[in-house]
Amino acid sequence: MNHLSRRDFLKGVAASGLVLSSINVHAKSYGVIERKETTELSGNVFHLTINKTLVNVTGSPSIATTVNGMLQGPTLRWREGDMVTIHVTNYLDEPSSIHWHGIILPYQMDGVPGISFDGIAPGETFTYTFKVQQSGTFWYHSHSGFQEQTGVYGAIVIEPKEKEPFTYDREYVVLLSDYSDEKPATIYRKLKIASDYYNFNQRTVGDFFAEVKEKGFWEAWQARKMWNQMRMSDRDLSDVTGYTYTFLMNGHSPSKPFQALYRAGERVRLRFINAAAMTFFDVRIPGLKMRVVAADGNNVQPVEVDEIRLGVAETYDVIVEPKNSQAYAIFAQAMDRSGYALGNLTTNPNIYAKVPKLDQPQPLTMADMGMGMHMADMKKMPMKHNKYALKKPVPITQLPMRWGVGTTMRAKNPQYRLDDPGVGLRNNGRRVLTYADLRSLRSTKDDKYPDREIILHLTGNMERYMWSINGIPYHEADPIRFRYGERVRITYINDTMMNHPMHLHGLWSDLETGDENHLVRKHTIISQPGSKISFRVTVDAKGAWAYHCHLLYHMKDMFRKVVVT
Amino acid sequence: MKNLFLQLLLFATLMSSTFAGSGGDILRATFTADSLEYQANFDERAIYWDTYGYIGYDINKLYFYSEGEKPHRESANSENQLLYSRAIAPFWDVQIGVGLDRANEKYKSWAVIALAGLAPYFFETRAALLVGGNGNIGLRIDLEYEALLTQKLILTPKVSSEAYTKNEPRMGYGAGLSNLTIGARLRYEIKREFAPYVGIEWSKNFGNTRKYSPFNELYLVGGVRFWF
Ligand SMILES: [Cu+2]
Repeated sequence: MNHLSRRDFLKGVAASGLVLSSINVHAKSYGVIERKETTELSGNVFHLTINKTLVNVTGSPSIATTVNGMLQGPTLRWREGDMVTIHVTNYLDEPSSIHWHGIILPYQMDGVPGISFDGIAPGETFTYTFKVQQSGTFWYHSHSGFQEQTGVYGAIVIEPKEKEPFTYDREYVVLLSDYSDEKPATIYRKLKIASDYYNFNQRTVGDFFAEVKEKGFWEAWQARKMWNQMRMSDRDLSDVTGYTYTFLMNGHSPSKPFQALYRAGERVRLRFINAAAMTFFDVRIPGLKMRVVAADGNNVQPVEVDEIRLGVAETYDVIVEPKNSQAYAIFAQAMDRSGYALGNLTTNPNIYAKVPKLDQPQPLTMADMGMGMHMADMKKMPMKHNKYALKKPVPITQLPMRWGVGTTMRAKNPQYRLDDPGVGLRNNGRRVLTYADLRSLRSTKDDKYPDREIILHLTGNMERYMWSINGIPYHEADPIRFRYGERVRITYINDTMMNHPMHLHGLWSDLETGDENHLVRKHTIISQPGSKISFRVTVDAKGAWAYHCHLLYHMKDMFRKVVVT
Repeated sequence: MKNLFLQLLLFATLMSSTFAGSGGDILRATFTADSLEYQANFDERAIYWDTYGYIGYDINKLYFYSEGEKPHRESANSENQLLYSRAIAPFWDVQIGVGLDRANEKYKSWAVIALAGLAPYFFETRAALLVGGNGNIGLRIDLEYEALLTQKLILTPKVSSEAYTKNEPRMGYGAGLSNLTIGARLRYEIKREFAPYVGIEWSKNFGNTRKYSPFNELYLVGGVRFWF
């Protein structure tokens, strides 16, 4: 199973010796191996190795960290109900780990160094074993350092015990990621020194004059006023962009797109996974409706859409029915429109679909600043019409809060915006999936009513590139404590201008999408800038769990340990 | 200069142990030459630099600033500061340290307290209050704005002024408003870290300072802005 012998390493290095001599390789002990084609592994016992691997994603060689030499790592196919055993050997010069994203398991198997276990030291093997209690599309990734950015990720497909409520003839994993030849530590340092380093979509003097022409000087000035006073940019969409990233689909750059072959008349299931470090993707297949059947691995009431935003770490399963043996582009634009990942859904690998143009980026709005959306309407609206309010309020547990250097913005009037497709997708003429469209297939009406609520402010200072929860970075924060058996309602208030994909390990997040009877079960929830969103957690797993923003360069500080006793 | 470097190094070691951040708050060091340029008009020519750098964390940093000029066939004049900088508000740092000026081949040291940060409407601002051993108090203010003509072509208007409470003929400072400099530089960022530029600047001495140096010049500048 691709367990690499020492000889393989040497061969790999020798074969690429010429190229390697021109780049700086810090291979202390385990050498650099050659990249292999991504394959699928199935069964009960798996052997994974984490290696430094020579790749050429951008046209110049660089050293990635990979699983089994593959970028992306092998797809693991499990069966619901099976015991799986996964031996992971770390051939890097630094500690490593694998976290099984969205998988329900004992906390010691969760793979977060410092919380679930000690991590996997260089040269060591850690054996994960747990019972697979769920089915659907998930993924795995390293939870050490910045290894997720440099390639330690792959897909997990779990076959269900019972028949699925939909059918298809063929399926593909469509895993999206972002790759850079720059070292992640370099990217992070640059963000700390100049947080707009990668943003080449900033406001220009010309933009202002265009607005003056459109609405007159006074109006244009007034529109800018709030942003100028707050020293914030309505063009601040992504911290890291296509300036340094090449966006990948199943490890393929757009110059050599991923090929998804189908036969005429087939229904194709696409398992979309956003395994990027920092990039939100907006996915569409021009010419095809996508029928969304699952979100984060859990079945939902089918909904037909043209476009889906995948926050970092989210997964969506869709079924498409391509017609007339045509070729279709699987087009995944980065949220800030600085580039895209590309696939080709075709009956003939020599026929390529026309690639659509990138959309124009949209600026952020006052709603994204937490200034409310329909303020006038809100006043008219009686409270009972607010479908996101709890029928009967529950006690709120106050958590420590700190406003100061690390917090530049405070959402004054944060709103539930589940029906808001988000910046870049608003009024684009396409049917875009929103959280308000998601309804779980199973009924949730008998689920326990929340016992209490906690409010978490997602906070930051973009100028200094500082991130935190409740204004307090992880290393200065006490753990969040849950009682085993309780049901907690968690509300995020996003006091920043960024989307944060928040991921709670080990416990499901039941998202309130406006239908008490069909809360949708997720592992990662996007909190939109300046907004409010609520979900419920049944605390059914003891131990210590990680809880964090899944943007890699936010994660270290926008992080909490959750202790369940 | 060597001494300064040693002190800097010592402070850095001290900082990394005392103020060490953790998690995402990494130790970082950076140097910026905001201007490194040649200034010229029909009468005068000079090399001018305006640089700063820091080492530290999100909240606590050690900063240095060095600004100066070397007029043709004259010795260099400069204003240098070394300060402990602490973030006190989302956009503002307060800085405390020492300053050393060099003028007419003489030196003067100051105690310095400064406020640096980003003012509303995106004005990069720094105001430094200097206190000399002889009771002279100086105020130096810099204001800068970055106007993006395109994503890479950036116009930077800049205003700086200096004022003192006492006459110090030895150093060339006169009481009252002493100098006002207004300039604009147009740079092209070949990459973020490297941008050649051209510009124009007007600088005038006022009040008593004019007795020591009646400087009042309009000149062109050309140089490079870089950081690492
Ligand atoms: Cu975040």
